[in-house]
Amino acid sequence: MIEQVENPIIEVHDLTVSYDKKPVLWDIDLTLPKGKLIGIIGPNGAGKSTLIKSMLDLVPQSSGFVKMFDQDIKDIRNQISYVPQRESVDWDFPASVLDIVLMGRYGKLGFFKRPRKADKEVAIDSLRKVGMENYLHRQISQLSGGQQQRVFLARSLAQQADLYFMDEPFAGVDAATEKAIIQLLKEMSSDNKTVVVVHHDLQSVTQYFDWVILLNTRLIASGPTNKAFTHELLEETYGGKLTLLTEVADLLKQNELPNREKKVNK
Amino acid sequence: MNAFWIILTGSLVAISCGLLGCYLVLRKMTMIGDAISHSVLPGIVLAFLISGSRDSIPMLIGAGLLGVLSTFLIEFFHRKGKLQTDASIGVTFTWLFAIGVILVSSYTGQVDIDQDCVLYGEIAYVPLDLWITENGINLGPRSVYISGTVLLIIITFIWLGYKELLITTFDPALSVALGISTTIWHYLLMGAVSITTVASFESVGAILVVALLVTPASTAYLLTNNFRKMLYISAFVGVLLSFGGYYLAVWLNGSIAGAMATTGGIIFGLAFIYSKNKQRILQTNPTTASDQINRSI
Ligand SMILES: Nc1ncnc2c1ncn2[C@@H]1O[C@H](COP(=O)(O)OP(=O)(O)O)[C@@H](O)[C@H]1O
Ligand SMILES: [Mg+2]
Repeated sequence: MIEQVENPIIEVHDLTVSYDKKPVLWDIDLTLPKGKLIGIIGPNGAGKSTLIKSMLDLVPQSSGFVKMFDQDIKDIRNQISYVPQRESVDWDFPASVLDIVLMGRYGKLGFFKRPRKADKEVAIDSLRKVGMENYLHRQISQLSGGQQQRVFLARSLAQQADLYFMDEPFAGVDAATEKAIIQLLKEMSSDNKTVVVVHHDLQSVTQYFDWVILLNTRLIASGPTNKAFTHELLEETYGGKLTLLTEVADLLKQNELPNREKKVNK
Repeated sequence: MNAFWIILTGSLVAISCGLLGCYLVLRKMTMIGDAISHSVLPGIVLAFLISGSRDSIPMLIGAGLLGVLSTFLIEFFHRKGKLQTDASIGVTFTWLFAIGVILVSSYTGQVDIDQDCVLYGEIAYVPLDLWITENGINLGPRSVYISGTVLLIIITFIWLGYKELLITTFDPALSVALGISTTIWHYLLMGAVSITTVASFESVGAILVVALLVTPASTAYLLTNNFRKMLYISAFVGVLLSFGGYYLAVWLNGSIAGAMATTGGIIFGLAFIYSKNKQRILQTNPTTASDQINRSI
């Protein structure tokens, strides 16, 4: 089930990506609509992070091409924002929350130029949106997992982009933060921003996303959530492991583990 | 007066190393710094042999090229050969350094450097190598000018590239996504480390350069959570170890380079004890601790 759209905001054509000659993404061909909240779903090692990274030209493509806004990514980096997986950086780095959020402005500043007052205001405003305005000068090493994720999100908002890519923004955050973040993402998409999110938890997919991409090295499905998020397609994505997976997920949901910080997904 | 020149040269070198060291520590690349400091040796000797003089410009170029070459080789063996980074570093720098040692030993007649000074530095002789103009005016030791120029280059580099260096260090993926090349800034930084090494060679020698690159920066890392302050503290520790090192050496009548590195180690030890105690106080005192280490939402 691969649904193509008219005037796509992202067009991925025959994309193959390999690490050490071993293909991680195989012949991905899809188009994505503007102004939607889009989920990328698939098991561990399915290539979800790699799909985002190759769209952004952070890892080399073996074949195929990607276009955004009908242009080459190199020409429109300004309009695109990327939130890497939280564990991809060192949170003991000597920096304050404000320092990190200001990095979101670096792309808009030229070489040599320092962030100005206006940039600072944008940064503070972004922190307000994620409820972290009181943590401006807090050292990032003193943040909880959920707070770290919100700082990353604020940094991304500070980029004032039109298209957002987020790699597992809900990994290791508490339920309250997750709710706040998804609320924000929904507001962004109603402002006609497009948000692409790598997501792990099958339970919340139907509530969160307008559009779903099911991935396991190959593209299994890409379409509106009600058409693409079906039992057969999920089974194809997760192989036989799906029943096990949903059972575990159900269990987790029933018990609602008090400390989800420990459950960090890779 | 001699003491003044020696301490000044030592400080200039230590500040350059301290500033760059902050980036190496945070990038977890201090061993690459060590590797570069050794691999520039053949570059310096070749520059001597080709230019036939002790001019600093060819030396800086020779060292810069070799430093970047060794960085490239380390990456190459790691990426293409699937060799672990530390092994790749070990192979590359010992090999290049060995070539340098052979060059020095077989051309000692023609090259005005000897093995001892390459390995252990010659900072004690700094005041003897004066820059005297054609009119006979004494401008002071040449080393001071070389170290001073290098420090100026390093400060300009960090000042101009402050945000690029910061973001490529903290979050390489984001910086590429923003269009800031991590590769370019990696090699620029390694080039900067290479030319700094040249200035350090004159003073502390190849073996102890790494102490100047790593110790002040690590000390600063323990003492602050603010990157800008880390740069200042690291530079300050550099000055401190030059002073301390000089007087320790005079007192013990021993090697100045050795005493500088030793002083650095002592300062690091004190900073370590201080930062551990601070952590303990924060942990045992719940009122300040809850404020400072508030890990809950
Ligand atoms: N830098 C890398 N070098 C080699 N293999 C990698 C690298 N990054 C990811 N992989 C491999 O590619 C596959 C897909 O990884 P990834 O895109 O991170 O999956 P996901 O995000 O869906 O969990 C995995 O098998 C992983 O081991
Ligand atoms: Mg991933």
